[in-house]
Amino acid sequence: MDFRLGERSETFRQEARDFLDEVLTDEVMDQMHRTGVHHSWDFHHHLVERGWLAPGWPEELGGQGRDPLEMLAFMEEFHRAGAPTYAVGTTLMVANIIRHLGTDDQQQLVIPPALRGEIIIVLGFTEPESGSDVAAAQTRAVRDGEEWVINGQKMFTTNAQEADYVFMLTRTDPDVGKHQGLTTFLVPLRQPGVEIQPVYTLSGERTNLTFYSDVRVDDSLRIGEVDGGWDVMGVGLTLERAGDHGGESIRLLTAMEEWAATTADDEGRLRADDPDVRARLGRAAAENEVTTLLCRRSAWIHASGGMPGVEGSMSKLFASEALTRQSADFVDLLGRDGIRSQGDPSAPAGGAADYDFRFALGTTTYGGTSEVQRNIIAQRGLGLPRSR
Amino acid sequence: MDLKPSEEQQLLIEAFGALYAKESPPERVRAAEPSGHDPDLWRRLRENGVLEMAVGEEAGGWGASMLDLALVAEQHGRFLGAAPLIEAQVAARLLARAGSPAAQTALASALAGDRLTTLALHPPRQGLLTMVPAGSVADTVVFVDDGQLWSSTVGDARTPVENIGSLPLADIRVGEEAHLLASGPEVEALFEEARDEWLVLMANALSGLGSRSLEIGVEYVKERHAFGVPIGSFQALAHGLADAATAVDGGGLLAREAAWAAAEEPGRFSELAPLACAFNAEAAREASYRSLHYHGGYGFMLEYDIQLYFRRAKAWPALFAEPSALYARAEGHRLVTRSGEV
Repeated sequence: MDFRLGERSETFRQEARDFLDEVLTDEVMDQMHRTGVHHSWDFHHHLVERGWLAPGWPEELGGQGRDPLEMLAFMEEFHRAGAPTYAVGTTLMVANIIRHLGTDDQQQLVIPPALRGEIIIVLGFTEPESGSDVAAAQTRAVRDGEEWVINGQKMFTTNAQEADYVFMLTRTDPDVGKHQGLTTFLVPLRQPGVEIQPVYTLSGERTNLTFYSDVRVDDSLRIGEVDGGWDVMGVGLTLERAGDHGGESIRLLTAMEEWAATTADDEGRLRADDPDVRARLGRAAAENEVTTLLCRRSAWIHASGGMPGVEGSMSKLFASEALTRQSADFVDLLGRDGIRSQGDPSAPAGGAADYDFRFALGTTTYGGTSEVQRNIIAQRGLGLPRSR
Repeated sequence: MDLKPSEEQQLLIEAFGALYAKESPPERVRAAEPSGHDPDLWRRLRENGVLEMAVGEEAGGWGASMLDLALVAEQHGRFLGAAPLIEAQVAARLLARAGSPAAQTALASALAGDRLTTLALHPPRQGLLTMVPAGSVADTVVFVDDGQLWSSTVGDARTPVENIGSLPLADIRVGEEAHLLASGPEVEALFEEARDEWLVLMANALSGLGSRSLEIGVEYVKERHAFGVPIGSFQALAHGLADAATAVDGGGLLAREAAWAAAEEPGRFSELAPLACAFNAEAAREASYRSLHYHGGYGFMLEYDIQLYFRRAKAWPALFAEPSALYARAEGHRLVTRSGEV
């Protein structure tokens, strides 16, 4: 057994750190917090220049052929730094699906410009009436000659205001079982009939509600078979597990340790010398180590040629629930100062506890709620009967 | 990175797994209660070299790594071994490192099996060592007091303590008859290292205990029917077990990483050992509690094995400290490292 990621991964990690120190300026971070938009074209272009938009992709497609453990070290650093990578993630996820399932024309249309950083693609799965039950999508696509006409709404279409395409799950046949009548399309966003309405969230992040009224998409932008959308989704979800590496928790703990080591209580005693403070920081340290190890286990399985399924659910469940618990505890630990807002200059620990107290609530939902993850673990991992 | 045990490690796991399956099935664990000591199991473990593997070749042992010892401890936990494995190994390692002629003599008689030698995890107060692991069956107790390493014959000085974990514990009075084995500034550091080793082996034992507790619960909820369906189909139960499985899996990785760090990343060992013990204490407690509770009324009956696990999950780590105190111990090391980096 060996818990090291290996020399190549550690070298790549150091390069990523140096890059982030240089490129992820206070300006980029401030803008992200101010606007709530977790995408920066500047940062995006720096990644492209460095050849790091998709370092895990093969070289002939514009990547660097990095192995899963190198990518893990790389992603750990990006998450720890809080870099704006939402759009990179969604764009690559869709590009990857097209790489595996798309026609030659579709691959030519999407992959080179995506890897040159010229286009971004967002996800259109969730709807007002369907979240975890993603196959219940109601947005309609109706064939009209060589085109399809789309009508409906999508929720949490994050970064749609910046994007070129939405990768959309639509209903093409309402008269068959809900998994059978679905089709996926790459829908151009910059066209009449698309309305993007901002939605602001508890963490300050901006996402969107998007409306589609008689939006037209050419049949050449259909991904996979007609009514074969569920198979496409299956491939997509297998290719790209919800990538959480506990970076948010690690940053939170670092900020709290800094606070404890530099702040005195009313009697003048350093907070870090209080056994209760130590115990609460230490508990978070244990959880963060476990999150890291669970994520690394998934990457190691992937690197060994396996497909982490239950293991991915465990790391996602644990990371998000641990962040929820810790952030609430740290707001308490900071006393009445704990409720000072992140944006207020007087906020202790840079407002990290306040921010994560709000941010954590999203993490237990997106990419499959904690309840969905628990079902997967119980049924596929423990072999329990299907439950309701 | 490689999370798979090597071929040798796999053989070790299988060999001790088979030994415990034969020598420590639930009926033997029950038969050893309440004293908590199964002399036949201990003899078989000794014959298989559990003490020799714990000490280095220069001290007459085989020099197994902490990770090897951890893999054995994991099996010990899975089967609730009623034998003083961990404290005897840690005591022997401490004596080997102390190195003085008196310590070497004490080590020789421990290795020869003449004297079952254990370690007090806490210094004496007013001449009394309390809740000494294996204290009710040991011949010799090794302890540290104010920078001095001592050994003392247990004999009449002990008062056995009945306890929730059916552990062979005793309070032991120590006084003039104790032998000084070593003294000096290095003794406290040696003691802390021994305590961290006990924590890391306990972490792995708890990981095995938690893992087996979960299996018992999962087997039960698949079999047991209520309202016409297996109770494992109810989300209220399935989700509790899914959370427990996640904590047990994560705890197992952390316990092994901490043991691995002893040789491979020694700078993090004193942080990881208490973290691993505390986290696994809580994970094992949760897994055994969920499994016991999902047995319904049967879980409350002594006849079902899950209660054996539930009681030990609480008792074993408590010998050192509650989880919060272990988290605080680890955080102390983190803060020191942090101030070094700033």
